[in-house]
Amino acid sequence: MSAHETIENQGALLDSQMPQSPAEYVRAYLRRLRAGDLGALPIIVGLVIIAIIFQSANANFITPRNLVNLVIQMAGITVIAYGVVFVLLLGEIDLSIGYVSAVAGVSAAILLRDSLTNPALSWMDWWNVIPIALAIAAAVGFLHGLLITFFQLPSFIVTLAGLLAWNGVVLLIIGPGGTVVIQNAVVRDLASAVLPPIWSWIIVGVFVAIYGINEFWTMRTRLRAGLRAKPASIIIAQIAFMSVIGAIIAYVFNINRALNAEALPQQGMPVIAVIMLILLMLLTFVAERTRFGRYVYAIGGNKEAARRAGIRVERIRVLVFMLSSFMAGCGGIILASRLKSVATDAGGGSLLLYAIASAVIGGTSLFGGRGKLSSAVLGALVIASVDNGMGLLNLSAGVKFIITGLVLLAAVVVDALSRRRQSQSGIR
Amino acid sequence: MSENAFEEDRRHDAQDPIYSGTPLLETRGVSKRFGAVEALSQVDFDAYAGEVVALVGDNGAGKSTLIKGIAGIYGFDEGETYFEGKQVSIHSPRDSASLGIEVVYQDLALADNLDVVSNMFLGREWLQGKSRLFGNLLPLSEVEMEQRAVATLGELAVTTLQSVRLPVASLSGGQRQSVAIAKAVLWNSKLVILDEPTAALGVAQTRQVLNLVRRLAEKKLGVVVISHNLHDIFEVADRITVLRLGHKVKTYITKDTDQQEVVHAITAGQVKVVPGMSS
Ligand SMILES: Nc1ncnc2c1ncn2[C@@H]1O[C@H](COP(=O)(O)OP(=O)(O)OP(=O)(O)O)[C@@H](O)[C@H]1O
Ligand SMILES: [Mg+2]
Repeated sequence: MSAHETIENQGALLDSQMPQSPAEYVRAYLRRLRAGDLGALPIIVGLVIIAIIFQSANANFITPRNLVNLVIQMAGITVIAYGVVFVLLLGEIDLSIGYVSAVAGVSAAILLRDSLTNPALSWMDWWNVIPIALAIAAAVGFLHGLLITFFQLPSFIVTLAGLLAWNGVVLLIIGPGGTVVIQNAVVRDLASAVLPPIWSWIIVGVFVAIYGINEFWTMRTRLRAGLRAKPASIIIAQIAFMSVIGAIIAYVFNINRALNAEALPQQGMPVIAVIMLILLMLLTFVAERTRFGRYVYAIGGNKEAARRAGIRVERIRVLVFMLSSFMAGCGGIILASRLKSVATDAGGGSLLLYAIASAVIGGTSLFGGRGKLSSAVLGALVIASVDNGMGLLNLSAGVKFIITGLVLLAAVVVDALSRRRQSQSGIR
Repeated sequence: MSENAFEEDRRHDAQDPIYSGTPLLETRGVSKRFGAVEALSQVDFDAYAGEVVALVGDNGAGKSTLIKGIAGIYGFDEGETYFEGKQVSIHSPRDSASLGIEVVYQDLALADNLDVVSNMFLGREWLQGKSRLFGNLLPLSEVEMEQRAVATLGELAVTTLQSVRLPVASLSGGQRQSVAIAKAVLWNSKLVILDEPTAALGVAQTRQVLNLVRRLAEKKLGVVVISHNLHDIFEVADRITVLRLGHKVKTYITKDTDQQEVVHAITAGQVKVVPGMSS
């Protein structure tokens, strides 16, 4: 900023505290867009393009039935990617999440199986087995975190070792049988159960209401404190927009998707979609509204600054690796539920890469300090759409991986370009 | 050598009422070794409330080492530190912060990705509610923090920021430095230490920061400024302490000395004229 501007800007701070007019708000948004701060826009455009391509190649892509499949397919990756976002925000990486998810999945499956045959374990049921499996996952993350912080090792190496070692542990636990079938009805239904149709509307309504109340509450407290706030008309417009999108989603979930018109109707929102949504809201709150989240961003942005500010950096890092493994555990149980069994290949294949790619495609930086929880959902939606769409086209796994790789590349190129634009226009 | 200089300071200082009371901060005979390097040896240093004292010396003279010791980044190997007349032992940045000592480091300790408010409150966020165990998960009091940040920036007349919700990365060097300084005063601090606050700043921004430094002293804070720019120092400092190779050479009262004399002290007489120096 030149001296001239500096003088002209005298008093600008006071101006900025005045309430904003809607026109001003929209202008500011457009200015940010032009400056390269695109937010979720590129990925939404990308999703639309993907949808158009697959729909024109196979008319089954956008059908209520396939969209519900898509949600169920993306659930495991999404939940694991929530944890990845926190790790990436720190500027670290966790390569062990695939097999840690399998450790949780197989632990739950074995405990549930043995509870049927072993009288000493008969007290076990889904409601205590799932917490136990998640606690095991969190303990694994605690171990990774301790190794990383105590010996000052790179997270890449420690979690690479974890990737190998936990794969081995999964193989040993499953043993020669090869597959552990899950018989517990609740766990089997976790990934596939749907709620009665009325709940689609209730959930969308509650979600929009929470959003609206939060926005208006924030506006009120900010205005009372004499601070600049988002204009009410903009909030109303956003609520209206979300209501329309929510209504479309609820409507689509409630269309009967049974293939045979005589069969029992299949309709309603999958339980797993609600779980994803609740986790998203909870973790977004943790990341953006709490001290813990603030510290994660601060450490990712400037570790030394965080340390000098008195933040117990190592403690936060351990907690984040615990959170990452915990979320991987949640994902592992969802994946086990989807397959209704855990086999020796659990946690392998493309799971790890898909989870990390989801966070990155969604716009979370690998270098720390930049990203959002919602990026995990958007990224996972892209990955699962490509995977699902190419499955419909009967394309081979080879083609699938190449295309997914290109999508990842496209996402980071768009991100890099928008970042360059931003640094040129001085936003970052 | 340092013993004599100390005595001389006292006689000198006694003429000005500001220096007749207890110093806000005083170090006596502090030393610090890094392996074979003796970064500081037997340094006496003091700073009073309401004054700006400059710490000067060539590269490697031990300036940053002295203030890092005062800030508790690492401990001194020997010597004592007094704050408001009482002997204190400072082992961590938390200790110095709780005494009311704030440091603005040479490499700015701001997180680029966070906004101005978040940076000013980093590590000391205000929370909605209280909990020993789950404090990390309580909601932040964003509105109150923002109000306070705006008020503090206003008091210091830092008026060039567009918004306190912009990420620090988007600010100019002078604005960042202003934020770092405002962060230091936010906590009812008594002593603010600035390590080369105007290095890498342009003319207008240097002016902005120097004005800010003067304003801190007017608010009865003690201010220690490290700088290589004698011109700036003569403009802003009440006293000038010179370090050379880890030893304290002398403390000068700014109005009783000139750049020639200070340069002589910094370089042990080897350099007589500095390019661009006013005589
Ligand atoms: N962490 C450290 N480890 C080893 N030596 C150090 C360390 N910090 C400082 N030193 C040494 O101590 C001496 C004093 O360094 P210091 O950083 O205090 O100088 P300075 O006066 O701040 O210099 P500058 O003007 O360049 O900032 C130097 O010889 C330096 O190499
Ligand atoms: Mg230095």
